[in-house]
Formats: sequence, structure tokens, C-alpha cells
Amino acid sequence: MVMALVIAACSSDSSSDGGEDADASDGGDSGESAESGGGGEGTVEIFSWWTGAGEEDGLLALIDLFEQEHPDITVDNAAVAGGAGTNAKAVLATRMQGDDPPSTFQVHGGAELNEGWVAADKMEPLNDFYEEQGWMDKFPQDLIDMVSKDGNIYSVPVNIHRGNVVFYNKQVFEDNGLEVPTTYDEFIEVADQLQDAGVTPLALGDKEAWTATQIFENILLGELGPDDYKSLWAGDIPFDDDRVVAAAEKFKTVLGYVNEDHASRNWQDAAQLVGDGEAAMINMGDWAKGYFSNDLELETNKDFGYFAFPETDGDFMVITDTFGLPKGVENPDEVKEFLSVLGSVEGQDAFNPLKGSIPARVDADESKYDEYGKDAMKDFNESNLTPSLAHGSAAAEGFVTKANQAVNIFVTQLDVDNLINTLKNAASEL
Amino acid sequence: MAEQAVDRQEQEYTESRQQQPAEHKEKKPKKKISGDQWVALGFLAPSFILVLIFVYGFIGWTGWVSVSNWNTLVPDFSFAGLKNYIYLFNDYRFQADLRNTVFFTILFIGLVIVMGLGLSILIDQKLKGESLFRNIFLFPMALSFVVTGVVWQWLLNPSTGYNQFLAVFGIQPKWYTDTNILAGFEWGSIEFGLPVAIIAVVIAAVWQMTGFSLAMYLAGLRGIPDELREAARMDGASEFQIYKKVILPMLMPITVSVIIIMAHISLKIFDLIYAMTGSGANFVTDVPGVYMFETTFRGNYYANGAAIAIIMLLLVAVFIVPYLLANRRSDG
Repeated sequence: MVMALVIAACSSDSSSDGGEDADASDGGDSGESAESGGGGEGTVEIFSWWTGAGEEDGLLALIDLFEQEHPDITVDNAAVAGGAGTNAKAVLATRMQGDDPPSTFQVHGGAELNEGWVAADKMEPLNDFYEEQGWMDKFPQDLIDMVSKDGNIYSVPVNIHRGNVVFYNKQVFEDNGLEVPTTYDEFIEVADQLQDAGVTPLALGDKEAWTATQIFENILLGELGPDDYKSLWAGDIPFDDDRVVAAAEKFKTVLGYVNEDHASRNWQDAAQLVGDGEAAMINMGDWAKGYFSNDLELETNKDFGYFAFPETDGDFMVITDTFGLPKGVENPDEVKEFLSVLGSVEGQDAFNPLKGSIPARVDADESKYDEYGKDAMKDFNESNLTPSLAHGSAAAEGFVTKANQAVNIFVTQLDVDNLINTLKNAASEL
Repeated sequence: MAEQAVDRQEQEYTESRQQQPAEHKEKKPKKKISGDQWVALGFLAPSFILVLIFVYGFIGWTGWVSVSNWNTLVPDFSFAGLKNYIYLFNDYRFQADLRNTVFFTILFIGLVIVMGLGLSILIDQKLKGESLFRNIFLFPMALSFVVTGVVWQWLLNPSTGYNQFLAVFGIQPKWYTDTNILAGFEWGSIEFGLPVAIIAVVIAAVWQMTGFSLAMYLAGLRGIPDELREAARMDGASEFQIYKKVILPMLMPITVSVIIIMAHISLKIFDLIYAMTGSGANFVTDVPGVYMFETTFRGNYYANGAAIAIIMLLLVAVFIVPYLLANRRSDG
């Protein structure tokens, strides 16, 4: 009863905040709060790590759209800065453990969601909500599987990023008369030529280890192929498999072509090297495309080009940002209103062109996306979808943390045995 | 007569009874608490209780978590023994952290003392514009470690800052991206020696904290009466001898305070390193604080993280406890 009073008081507060006429407030209060019990007025707190240029623009566009459709609901943008969400995840873990969940929060589809929050019994299933919205055939089945556990759906994907893309500086490639490499051997050839020409072949900024882990997972994917790559994370292929060892050897070779100061750079700093022409290529998810166009003001296919990571053409390393409904949220109906906008065609088309990602829905408006987006949408529909380790989709956070540590050591020591052993020991946590 | 005697007896008896508590009071004055003391206790009690719960209670809680199996998002308080501690001491990263902490602490405290003492002696030479210098050296203290970290990260970045100027002369220091370990030998699974990258972090930390030791030493120097110096000069001591034999020994208590305060900063350091270098390539600039944060909040290894926190507490205790004991003794 006390809770109900507090909630009623809060909602009537926020409605008067919204600019209601003062003279009616005394008499109208009780009526208003009675209505708000079922009507849905209040605040939706959106927790994410979207504070960078392109991603923040996308989020704000989405919030704008939501506020237009629901002027009575206040949006609290609780974004926490930090590359790939490393800081935000810490804040989120603390809040969830303390039973103070945000209304909805950004979480990568796959193990991060399923083995983390769902396994910890912190999420509400959204099956009925999906049916109600008619979404069951609007998202690809593979994607729905990534946000499901034991037959229940737990979140709404807003976008798709691809992790196995290499962006390159067109000018540098032209100056050196280079072709886009499609195989590992071609890649090494191109890298050698670039090195001889005095250009850093591959830019890396591994101040946070996930950027190096991302290179490793792409080499693994190329070496194992999509099916065995997935089996690796399912625990069906051991980490001392010959092909995993071969991938580690290749990883070691590739690291010989990166900029010397990689440890002091983050991914944006590294991408800038490519933009400036000091380095030729960078393996980065396609959020780098947003960075190139929005921050460095470079033109797609004129200043920079892109190709699938060598030997992974036809595969699509999926990173999907999703939003779910945590258990114990005060106003689930309002949160669902937000999720329905998030999952709508308009919502996805407002968000994704700015963020540099592609929509998770199959029926989004293709004309709103640039050349890169159209290419990626085509690839997404035609490729094998594989989960990313570096972004927590392939394995639980605990394993990812240990893998990142192992990679951090490997980048300096280049000790293949050590890397394989560490991964093997950590495999019990898969 | 008899009645009088009885009266007297009674009188004596009541007197003695009245006296008894009086005597009692004089012998053990602490037993009775005066009104003022009650008020004082009343005001102290809330904060005492809060500290008891939120400091010591939570230390105990952390200790309990550190011997549990809570290494996922789902709390699990079953007893794990020393499993988490054993894991840590076998862990490459944690061994590297301990090594880094040792070298960081030695360099950091040493330099803060030497620089602070040197600068305070120079400022003490009655030079003009003294307050200007004092303020210049104190200002870094006003910044947070996070700001210091970001600024020094730019300054020492191998491809920006004044390294571009140094590059003109063909000098290209790698600063905090250097992964070399100087004078190392095998220790556990790591190489034990001075990680070059630590020097870059030490520079930033010393820049920030020197003002503190300078202020302490300057106050100490001002507290030494001029008569002592005069007397030493009369006896024919040189200025150098005066400092060596008279002034420095008198500054000893200040040095101890500086060491204690700097030691707990250095052993618990997190923000500076987190903002400046992160854990660094091959964990050359990693410290237990950063490891604790990443283990607990990124990897969800709550028990492992708690174990790191407890080890950090013990490290600080190694410095603080002898100091507290020494203080108790001198208090009587």
C-alpha cells in the first residue's frame, strides 16, 4: 500500500513536471494518479554505453522518436562511457545485484544475455510480447535464437554489427598498387608490401584487450569454418585442436604487422591511423564505419573501403545490441512501450543509419542506409551467422575475461603454447 | 550517654557511608560519566555504529565472500576454503601485479620524499616569491588522479605530446608502452624486475603527490627554531652539516608520516592507472586495484575479486599496523 502511494505520488509529480496547468493540479491530482495506474505515465530509464559520436546520435534519434509517440513518458538516458561497454557492464552488474535494475539495458545477444542475466534469473521472458507485436517473423530465426534460452525470448535486438570486417585506406592501397586480400596468404603478401613501403599494414589499439581478441576470433573463424567455430564454444572441439594452434600461429604472424604503440591506443585512436593514411588496414566491427563517416568525415568507398576478414567471406560475425525487461522493474508496461518502438521499423531505421549498423528486422527500409549498410544487409541475409567471443556472444563473461587476459599476454610474449594452455584451462567455464 | 554514643556511632556510620562512594569516585573516576561526556558519546554513537557496520562489517563480509564459491552472477556462499587465494598466487597476472606494486611503491615513495624534501629546503632559503613557488608545487594536489592520468597519458603517448619534439633528435622513448623488464629473474611464472613502463606511471604519481610532502616538510622546517641553527653555527658547523646532523633528524617524524600516507595511496592505487594505462601490454602496469575491478565487475568472479581486496587490505596493514602500535606506545 505504501509502495502504491509512493508510485502514485511519483507519477503525479512527473505529470506536473511535464508542464500541466497549475490551477487544476490540486483538484486533478487524485484523478490523474488513479488514471496513471493503468494508463502509463512515468520514467523509462535506458541504460547503455552509447556515448560515442555515431552511437549517441543513434540513441538520441531513437529517444526522440519515442518521446514524439509517448509525450507523457519521460526518458532518462543513463549511458555510461567506456569502450565496448567495459565500464557500463560494471555499473550494471552492481545495480542488478543490488536489486536496482534500470528500466531496460543494452546487452549483447548470445551468452552475455543468456548465460549471464537470464541464467541469474534476472530477466522477464518476452514471448507474449513478441506475439502481441507480431515480431516472430520480422526478425531472422537465427537472431531470435541468440536472444532465447530454453524456448523463451528475453530481449529485443535493435541492430546488427559485423565483427569480421577490415577497413582500409583506399588512397594507400592505390598508391601501392594493392588489391584487396581475400586469403590469409594474400593478406600477408599485401602486409609485406605495405611494410616495405613504410606504411603500418594493420592498425591496432589494444589498450583494451578485446580489439586483439577480435582479430584472433576472426582468424579462428577462417581456420575452423563457421560450424566448427561454433562447436569450439559449445565445448565440442578442444582448444588444443591442431586448427586452433594453427590459428594462434597465424595470429602471432599478423601481430608482427601492427603499429608499435598499439598498447597506448584505443580503437578510435587506431582507426584514426587508417584515416590519416599512416596505417593501411584495421580489423574492427562496423561501428568503425560510423566513426569514419561521423567523426573523421571520410567518404565510404572513396576515402575508405572494406572487405571481409581474410578467409571469412560468406561468414558474418554477429554482434547484436538488444534490450530486455529486467525483473523487478516498477513500470513494465511503459518499458514495453519503449521496447515496441525499439523493435519497430521506424525505430530501427531512426537508430541504425546513424550508428553505422544495420537493422535487426528483415523488413526495414533499405533506402535509408548508405552503400556500406546495403552491402552489410545483403551479406547478413546470405551469410552464416557466427557469434563473437570478443563481444560476449560466444561465451560467458567469465570466459571472455580470461580469454582477454590470455590475449593481452600473448600480444607481448607471442607464446603460442601458453595461449593454448590458458584457453584450455579456462574452457571449464564455457 | 549511651544514646549519645549510639548517635555518634550512627553519625560515623552514615558519614562513612557517605564517604565510601566519595572515595570510590576518587579512585576510579572513569566509571562515572559526566553530562558532557554523555552528550559526546551520544553524538559519537551514530557514526561509531555506521563505521562498525559499513567499514568493519563490510571488511568481514568481503573476507567471507573471498572464501566462498561466488564466481558467477548468481550469489553462491558455499565455503570454498582458500581456493580463491591459491588461484591468485598461481596466477600470472596477480604475480605481475605484486611485482608492479613493489616497484611502484619503492620508486613512488622514494621520489616523493626526495623531491618534497629537496624542494622544501630550497623554498626555505627565504627566497622571494616563496608563496608563488609553494602554490605551483601544491596545485597538482588539487587535481583528481583521473585527470592526472589522462593528461600524462597524452604527454607520454609515444606518438603525441613532447615525444614528437624528442623524435626530431632521434629519441623515441616508448614510455608506458614499453614491455621490457629491467634486471629480471624468473619468479613464479613471471619475470621479476623493474618494468620500464612503471616509470611513466611513477612520474605522473610523483608529479601529483610531491606537493603534499613538500608542504609537510616545509611546515617541519618552519617548526625548527632558529636558535638551533644559530647554536650549530656558533659551534662552527657548516650549512651542510647543520642539515645533516640537526635538521634532517628532526624531520624524521614527518618522513614517517609521509611514508605511511604515501604507502597506502600506492598500495591501493587504482584511478591513476585505470585512466592512464589500463593494465598495459603483458600487464606491465597492472596493479591489484585494477585487477580487482576487472575480475569482480567484468568477469563476475566475485569471490576472486574479494580475495584480491583482502590481500590489498593486508598489504596496507603491513605498513599501518606497526605505525599504530608505535603511536600507542608513545602515547603511554
